[in-house]
Amino acid sequence: MDPSSLIPRLQDGDRRALARAITIVETGGPPARALLAAAYPHAGAAHLVGITGPPGAGKSTLVTALAQEWRRRGVRVGIIAVDPTSPYSGGAVLGDRIRMQALGGDPGVFIRSMASRGRLGGLARATADAAVLLDAARFQVVLIETVGAGQGEVDIARAARTTVVVEVPGMGDDVQSIKAGMLEVADLFVVNKADREGADKTVRQLRAMLHLAPHAPGAWEPPVLTAVATAGQGADAIVDAVARHAAHLEARGVAGAHAHAAAERELAAAVQELALERARGPAWEDLVARVAARERDPYGAAEELLRAAGI
Amino acid sequence: MERKIRVLVAKPGLDGHDRGAKVIARALRDAGMEVIYTGLQQTPEMIVEAALQEDVDVIGLSILSGAHMTLLPKVTRLLKEQGMDDVLVVAGGIISDEDAATLKAQHGIAAVFGPGSSTHEIVKFIREKAGVARD
Repeated sequence: MDPSSLIPRLQDGDRRALARAITIVETGGPPARALLAAAYPHAGAAHLVGITGPPGAGKSTLVTALAQEWRRRGVRVGIIAVDPTSPYSGGAVLGDRIRMQALGGDPGVFIRSMASRGRLGGLARATADAAVLLDAARFQVVLIETVGAGQGEVDIARAARTTVVVEVPGMGDDVQSIKAGMLEVADLFVVNKADREGADKTVRQLRAMLHLAPHAPGAWEPPVLTAVATAGQGADAIVDAVARHAAHLEARGVAGAHAHAAAERELAAAVQELALERARGPAWEDLVARVAARERDPYGAAEELLRAAGI
Repeated sequence: MERKIRVLVAKPGLDGHDRGAKVIARALRDAGMEVIYTGLQQTPEMIVEAALQEDVDVIGLSILSGAHMTLLPKVTRLLKEQGMDDVLVVAGGIISDEDAATLKAQHGIAAVFGPGSSTHEIVKFIREKAGVARD
C-alpha cells in the first residue's frame, strides 16, 4: 500500500486506508511524519472529546451510548480506546470493543483500540495523531477513551476540547478523581451507574467540591450529570452538554486559545522526538555507558550530543 | 519504533466458552503482542469489520460449537472480498483432523490448534508467519 495515496483514500471513506494510516502514525518515524503532514491541512473540524475515569466506571459502555446518541443526530463518530501496555512484556490485551458491539456494522462509526506502549513522545501525541487522521476522514466527533490513572491519561484528556470525567457511586468516602487531579481537567462530570445506591451522594459531593474551586466570572461551570450507560440513559443530556461546552468555547473566544495551547504541546513533543532521533548517533551507546558508570552526568552528555548534531 | 504484531482474538458462533480464547490472548500479550479481544458470539461480518478497523496482522478464531466448517470459511471469504487475504488466520478449539485438513487446504486457515496445543507453539507459529505478506 502506497502511503502517499492513503490520505485522499481515507478522505473518500476508504476504511482500510484509514486503518493502515493509523498503524503508520502509531509506529512513528519519518513515514508517520509524512502522513501527518499530508493529513494536517484536512483536519481541524472535528470536536475531540476525552472520556476518562477509574477502571470499572463504565467508560466503554458510556462511549457506546454516547456514540449511539450522536449517530441518531446524524453525526459521524470516531473512537480511540486506549488500554495499558504491560510493562513486563510490552504486549497488551485491548478489550474495549467487547462493550462496543452495538456500534458494529455502522459505516458512520470507526473504532480503534490502542495500547499505551512505552512511548517517548507520550501517549497524548499518539492519540492526537490518530485523531488527526479520523478528523481528516470526516468523523465529526472523535472520542478518546482512557483509564484515568495517571499523568499520561490526564494529558490526553487535556488534548481534547471537551473532557468528560466518569465517576461511579460507592468508590469510598471521598471522590477518587481529586487525587488523580481530574477535578481540574473535567469540563463535564458524569456519575455513571446512577441506579446504584449512593449516586445522589456522589453527585452532591462533586457539586460541593466544584463550588469550592476558584471560579472566574463567565467561566464554564462543569455540570454534574448522571447516566445509566447500560440502558443508554442520560446519553442525550451528556451530548447536549458537550454541544453547550463547544458553543461556550466558541463564544468566549477560548477555542482559539485552546488550539494554541494544544499546538504548543504538539510542537514541543515533535521537537523532543526529532532532537532525540538526531542525537542518537554513533556516540550514543558510549555516552550511555559512561553516564551509567558515573563518569559523565546526563546533562553534560546531552549538551555534547546536541552540539554534535548541530542543534 | 518497531511495528508490533497485532492480533484479533474472536469467538465466532454461539458457544459461550471463552476460557481458551482468554488463555491465548494472555499468552500472546506475554509474548509482546497487542491483542484485541472482541468477546463472545461474533458473526463473521463483525470479525472481519473489527480486523479491518484494527489493521491486525493475525486473526485467531476460537470455536467449540461444531459450526467451524460454516463459520471459518465465511471469515476467510469475507477477508478475501475486502482484499485482506494478507491477514494470517489461525483457529483453535474442537476441530477434527479431517476438518482441519480441509480448512487448511481449501479455506485459507493457516493452522489449527486443537486441545493440548502449547501456547509456546502457537506464539512461535504466529511470530514466524505474521505480517510476512504485508507492506
